Amino acid sequence: MSTSNATFAPAGPTGSEIHWNVLEDEGVAFVFGYPVAAVVPILDQLHLRHRRGRETLVNRMAAVPSYVACRTTPNERNRSMTDNAKNKPSSLAGKNGSEILHHVLKEEAVDTLFGYPGGAVLPIMDELYDSPIQFVLTRHEQGACHMADGYARSTGKVGCCLATSGPGATNLVTGLLTAMMDSIPMVAITGQVPSSLIGNDAFQEADTTGVTRPVTKHNVLVKDVNNLGRVVREAFHIARSGRPGPVLVDIAKDATVNIPDGEPDLNIGLPGYKPRGGRGNERQVKLAAETINAAERPVLYVGGGAILSGASEALRAVAHKGGIPTTTTLLGMGAFDETDPLSLRMLGMHGTAYANYAVQTSDCLISVGARFDDRVTGELGMFAPNATIIHIDIDPSSISKNVTVGIPLVGDAAAILEQMLPHIEEKPRQAWHQQIDEWKQTYPLSWTPGEEGRIKPQQVIETLGKMTDHDAIVATGVGQHQMWAAQFYGWTRPRQMLTSGGLGTMGYGVPSAIGAQFGNPGKLVVDIDGDGSYTMTMVEVITAVRYQQPVKFIVLDNDYLGMVRQWQQLFYDRRYSAVDHPCPDFCTIAKGYGAESIRIEHADEVDDGIQQAIKSDGPFVLHVRVEKEENVFPMVAAGKALDEMIHSELI
Amino acid sequence: MKKHVINAIVENQPGVLAHVAGMFAARGYNIDSLVVGRTEDPDLSRMTIVVKGDDPILEQVRKQLEKLVTTVRVRDFKNVDYVERDLLLIRVHARADKRPEIVALADLFRGRIVDVSRSSVMIELSGTEDKLEAFIDLVRPYGISELARTGLIAMPRGKTSADRDE
Repeated sequence: MSTSNATFAPAGPTGSEIHWNVLEDEGVAFVFGYPVAAVVPILDQLHLRHRRGRETLVNRMAAVPSYVACRTTPNERNRSMTDNAKNKPSSLAGKNGSEILHHVLKEEAVDTLFGYPGGAVLPIMDELYDSPIQFVLTRHEQGACHMADGYARSTGKVGCCLATSGPGATNLVTGLLTAMMDSIPMVAITGQVPSSLIGNDAFQEADTTGVTRPVTKHNVLVKDVNNLGRVVREAFHIARSGRPGPVLVDIAKDATVNIPDGEPDLNIGLPGYKPRGGRGNERQVKLAAETINAAERPVLYVGGGAILSGASEALRAVAHKGGIPTTTTLLGMGAFDETDPLSLRMLGMHGTAYANYAVQTSDCLISVGARFDDRVTGELGMFAPNATIIHIDIDPSSISKNVTVGIPLVGDAAAILEQMLPHIEEKPRQAWHQQIDEWKQTYPLSWTPGEEGRIKPQQVIETLGKMTDHDAIVATGVGQHQMWAAQFYGWTRPRQMLTSGGLGTMGYGVPSAIGAQFGNPGKLVVDIDGDGSYTMTMVEVITAVRYQQPVKFIVLDNDYLGMVRQWQQLFYDRRYSAVDHPCPDFCTIAKGYGAESIRIEHADEVDDGIQQAIKSDGPFVLHVRVEKEENVFPMVAAGKALDEMIHSELI
Repeated sequence: MKKHVINAIVENQPGVLAHVAGMFAARGYNIDSLVVGRTEDPDLSRMTIVVKGDDPILEQVRKQLEKLVTTVRVRDFKNVDYVERDLLLIRVHARADKRPEIVALADLFRGRIVDVSRSSVMIELSGTEDKLEAFIDLVRPYGISELARTGLIAMPRGKTSADRDE
């Protein structure tokens, strides 16, 4: 508590503290104002909070001179708003559905809502007209959904998006499934035609809950305003608890204008929903630790679950204490610092040779929040043939789904690793580390400089990693550039890489980077994209321009749909079928949107180009013309075991 | 491929059947039968699901069912002593001369004649699936003109004192 010039220390919080506490509880996103003497204590508190690690909008304050824009960051994920609601005298009697929805969104600490309006959500949009929640108008509903996703991945909070009925709702589908496959907490709100018209093929009617059932963790159609507030609160609870995921609430238009009978019930019901979490079974944990202690060649195999549960610290401790080499999946990048000598970097189809050899040779594989995806395991029957498999997962249905697990541990990854740590013995495991070092020296990740000064995509990513101190938030599209980004950026911390791993959604990069920038003002956010992925969603660059989100878009353009071309080259005798992808003048388009943009074509322009992008104040599109037929190696062909890799060009 | 019987207690709400049926379809599980009915609690329904598959499949079905938000409780009857019943309505061609034989058969199976016309009889019969199959086979030669079955419902037996001691 700051009372530097006070002669006595007040017993409780000061008025300024209370002020920010209340705003925080209300989920206020922005405060516009003008600093004068009377509010200095309040501003002082704001500054203090900033120094205590709470985010404020330093950048945005600069962008709005003579105004003070501030942003409070409500407590992180898993925050149940129950306490909040309990303590507050309820004031919802007589309010209509839209007001109740707005109230719950604020209670759930939503500060940014990505979306696109339409007829069925007009009452909601009217309620948002003077809301403290910032509404970000995207250019396509898919963009809104990916933005909410990027926001959620980079901050750990629940992302929130809104679309109207019919086409608005169906345009969310790809984004919802992207979040579903990667277990990203999200709440999507869609409008629906009035309940009297449902089923009549009304204008802009879609069976939204029917369409989105397989792409969401849960979905609900609300026809009765009496249920609205409760259902929306339940949606947030479901989205963030257990194994997170997207939840869709479809609201009939009449439920947004009707007024409930009396005080609406906001208490969470859900008798059947029992999310797992917390510590694991103590006996199992001990058994797992003993197995690890007895192993000669253990490997930690870490997935996105470790990031979702915030397990990095515990993971580092276990790995170091036991001397256990650690590899991460595409979604686990950054859960374990790649500059750590124990890091094996990524495993799987395009993983490092040493990670794949280590897994295949291992006698004890400890999976932390990973799900044995086919891109990771290669041919399942030949995966880690000699290993006892220990599987830590919050979702019981992940256990023994793909591989038979020796020791299952159901619960929160961080909690279980902490529980395990005291039972892990310190072991040198010299022979194992020596073997791995040999592999690392024989099969390092590498690339050769392009001929005639042509730019290799790997060069761009490696340079970007160095120039950004391996600390930027990096989104990607899907394809070759995504794999090179995973291989060459050099990941150091969790929530740093935003990529569509499970679904492999091309076009994910541009909007997710913008969403991440909204959630991380002042941080450097880069989208490493391919020309194919970028083209799919580049329209959202204008959203970045309009809302002054200084995202750097790096487009690695080889005039090909490169990953498909690579497969056609290697497995289809160079029959390049529909992969030729001539690109427009990305610079002119970017400039048309109002972003800065340059093009580079020679290897010696790379440093300068990236420098310019990073240094610029606003959104920047760096169009990089790269080697046309570069391939991603190492590569495990489909149906092959993980250690049957193609190391490099055979020619 | 073994037959497995699973009970799921689910919330009695619109859309719940779609969630369950959709999950089975999306994950490629084959349902032999699925019966939904009310329970003693008006907020809950009981689904009795018969699936075919080996043990790992059954395990996944159970876990995926439990994962659905609207599913309150799941029980598979793999190692449980339980009572199962299926209800059959069947209309068999039965001219006057054949009628006594058919009635006798129905009696043997403790079935009831619920409708008689000049050329047919309708029989109501309940029991295990095997028993109904056996009956259907026996009346097939007479000619079956229509047949409807409810699908299987099942419930575990009450525990005996011996069970409790374990």
